[in-house]
Amino acid sequence: MKLKNPLEILELVPDPEIPVINIVELGIVREAKVTSENSCEVTITPTYSACPAMFTIEEDIIKIMKENGWDAKVVTKMFPIWTTDWLTDEAREKLRIYGISPPEKGADEHHIGKPKKCPRCGSMNSKQISRFGSTLCKASYQCLDCLEPFDYFKCH
Amino acid sequence: MNPLYNYLLKLADDSFIMGQRLSAWCGEGPYLEEDIALTNIALDELGQANNFYVYASRVADNGKSEDDLAFLRHEHEYVNAHWTELPNEDYAQTILKVYVFSVYQKLMYESLSNSADEELSAIAQKSLKEVRYHYTHAASWMKIFAQGTEESRGRLVKAVDNIWEYTKGLFAKVEGEDDLIALNVAPDVEALYENFVSVTTRDFQDFGLEYPANPFMQPKSRTGYHTEYFGFMLCELQYMQRAYPGCTW
Repeated sequence: MKLKNPLEILELVPDPEIPVINIVELGIVREAKVTSENSCEVTITPTYSACPAMFTIEEDIIKIMKENGWDAKVVTKMFPIWTTDWLTDEAREKLRIYGISPPEKGADEHHIGKPKKCPRCGSMNSKQISRFGSTLCKASYQCLDCLEPFDYFKCH
Repeated sequence: MNPLYNYLLKLADDSFIMGQRLSAWCGEGPYLEEDIALTNIALDELGQANNFYVYASRVADNGKSEDDLAFLRHEHEYVNAHWTELPNEDYAQTILKVYVFSVYQKLMYESLSNSADEELSAIAQKSLKEVRYHYTHAASWMKIFAQGTEESRGRLVKAVDNIWEYTKGLFAKVEGEDDLIALNVAPDVEALYENFVSVTTRDFQDFGLEYPANPFMQPKSRTGYHTEYFGFMLCELQYMQRAYPGCTW
């Protein structure tokens, strides 16, 4: 019986904190190497050094691969360093629809809290409430037009 | 004696103890956004510490895991700089601690990114992205406090007066580090200290703070001799692992 392509299976694994986006389009999955008939070595890279979701992601990978007949081994590789520049345009749009303002391309070296686009009304008239948020990847903003608060996925 | 092992513990212990101190602000921050800021910074530091402890555990190859290294060594075996173990005291001192440490880490990681050791270079590149954020955050608060009210300025000036003498201790070397510097594995701490002085001098001018004139610096950082604060902090840090040996989640 031919097993499903590992990368197709891994696209079904959502980010635990932002379930609308999967770990492949997030750039966490770097490689899925078939090592034997039903064994696969999946290489992942951490987003932030201390991201607690990485433990869940590793477990989810092993579980879903097993459910699809694959015996998976997960390897963490730091280099090349994860960057939000790897996020596809589709992934960024998914974030926006979910209510998170997607990261701007190219590193915001100074992180000085420039206004970001409101994911709801599209206005650039926003202010930074905090450089940090509920997870390591997010900052907190408020739109000054529609007045709704929103998370910004930080450029990294 | 393994120079790389010692050096990895130096990097790990700094981040770990800094993270431990900052974690104490969880739920105690002056307002929600600052509580979140400090705990985010603390978590970043714990992540960096984890990366270094995991590497150290592999290098040591003596059956000790990263958790054993983090939680079960004796006080004289920790080689964190005194700066990291100083108490939080108040928000001004905490911000000063984060500011100084972030300048140090930024300079250190920038240099370490070019390490001849690929894994160290990778960890450094990754950590550098995170500490840039810590620096921006702490530096903006330094300026706000210095130019804010009499109280905010007073507290910050008092903190600088009290603990600036521990800053040079961040640049102390551990046993074998000179070998690593010669091999381009570790950065030259003397050069780092010169940069630290020029960056902080420039920043203090921008903040409107008088740069500390007293050249006295506390000795014995990273020698296994710790300040009187360390023992109390270590008791809290190691309590669970010593009370319940081998405990797991």
